[in-house]
Amino acid sequence: MPSKEIMNKDEMSRTLNRIVYQIVEDVKDAKEICLVGIRRGGAHLANRLNEIFKNEGYTNIQVGYLDITLYRDDLTTIAEYPVLHGTEINFNIAGRHIVLVDDVMFTGRTTRAAMDALIDLGRPEKISMAVLIDRGHRELPVQPDFVGKVVPTSMDELIEVSLEEQAGSDSVAIHKKP
Amino acid sequence: MSYKRKDLLGMIDLSSEEITYLLDTAQTFCEINERDVKKVPTLKGRTVINLFFEPSTRTRTSFEIAGKRLSADTVNFSASSSSTTKGETLIDTVKNMEYMHSDVFVVRHAYSGSVKFISENTDASVINAGDGLNEHPTQALLDLLTIRQHKGDIKGLEIAIIGDITHSRVARSDIWAMKKLGANVRLFGPPTMLPKYIEPFGCRKCATMEEAVEGADVVMMLRVQRERQGKLLLPSTREYAKFFGLTNQKLNLAKEDAIVMHPGPINRGVELMSNVADCSRSVILPQVSNGVAVRMAALYLLGLKKGGQSENTAEKL
Repeated sequence: MPSKEIMNKDEMSRTLNRIVYQIVEDVKDAKEICLVGIRRGGAHLANRLNEIFKNEGYTNIQVGYLDITLYRDDLTTIAEYPVLHGTEINFNIAGRHIVLVDDVMFTGRTTRAAMDALIDLGRPEKISMAVLIDRGHRELPVQPDFVGKVVPTSMDELIEVSLEEQAGSDSVAIHKKP
Repeated sequence: MSYKRKDLLGMIDLSSEEITYLLDTAQTFCEINERDVKKVPTLKGRTVINLFFEPSTRTRTSFEIAGKRLSADTVNFSASSSSTTKGETLIDTVKNMEYMHSDVFVVRHAYSGSVKFISENTDASVINAGDGLNEHPTQALLDLLTIRQHKGDIKGLEIAIIGDITHSRVARSDIWAMKKLGANVRLFGPPTMLPKYIEPFGCRKCATMEEAVEGADVVMMLRVQRERQGKLLLPSTREYAKFFGLTNQKLNLAKEDAIVMHPGPINRGVELMSNVADCSRSVILPQVSNGVAVRMAALYLLGLKKGGQSENTAEKL
């Protein structure tokens, strides 16, 4: 399986820093945002972004984690039962500005599911989306607000985001499907 | 690990991994039941039929709520107001329901083994909600989930099950599951209500209430089931309360952090004194809450299997 690294540890760290600066620049009151990571990759990234926010002086940003499994539109068609990791949002999202965080944006179906899952918990004032990699091929009319890197891909390619919390090291690679 | 069976019939067939997987899944559903909007769209368009050939309030309501919170359409069927009274056979009833394109049957029946019989005669998934004296698997799962939430791990716990063991499907399901997860189970009850041959259970039979309760982490009281006793096995309920009922005094012999459980409905003043049922060590109502989560997990794991384009559509995300 031919594969190519498209982002290393340093580049990822710079990219995440840039996303934070973009959010601070774009959002009127960045102190008031909440980060909600989509399990599992997005949850780790939400923690990373929160660390960077802390270094920038935004120490009280609330972080939550969303498991969108029960909201997927392809549950009946996937072969294996996905393991549930549970939603963990210990604050009231009503009236808040939520920044959803995910590692890769692809068809947009995960984002759709995440929005439905969030709205079931309350009525946020605004939902924005931050992703590390945007690989295109949208099947729904949704776009991210904050993008780490746009990577043009073909349908037979896979984007693999490895994070230290799960894989032991930070990198993004692109694989050809066997 | 995952759960690949068509049905959930009893704990005796399941591996400890399958039980743990069911409990882990149920734990994640607990959070949904605490939300303002207690609904997820997971089983939208699926039909769950509650076939109850025996009276039930808790279990049937619990299954109905679980189905509705997963957005399934739930239909209740009770034997007293159906064609069963006109002489339709069990399988004919089930087949008719199946041909209305139902996805899951939740069945309670007074005869042991009847639920297994139904599952062999239908393509729909079947969940056992209690069959005669045999098993009541979702009750065992909710008991285990409650114990796990209070004690962390089931392994090595001392669990006392006290009361009418012979007529209790709850006791059977609990014993099978608890043994598989590594708990030490002791049984106590009136001699007329203890199985003659206790060895297959692998449990310790106690001679007195004090012996059963002493040092226990969990004290599970069973209901005196008057409807299941062919002939009268008890001289009087007052005598039962005196020798086999749980009082505060007897509970003090258990570990300091022991919890008291009961599958409900409680006969207050018979197997369980009112002040014990309502004390801070009693987890009887949390058991009921966990029941909904456990049934959501069971419906989620069985309800999606059938229907849809499952086989030929490739994995996507």
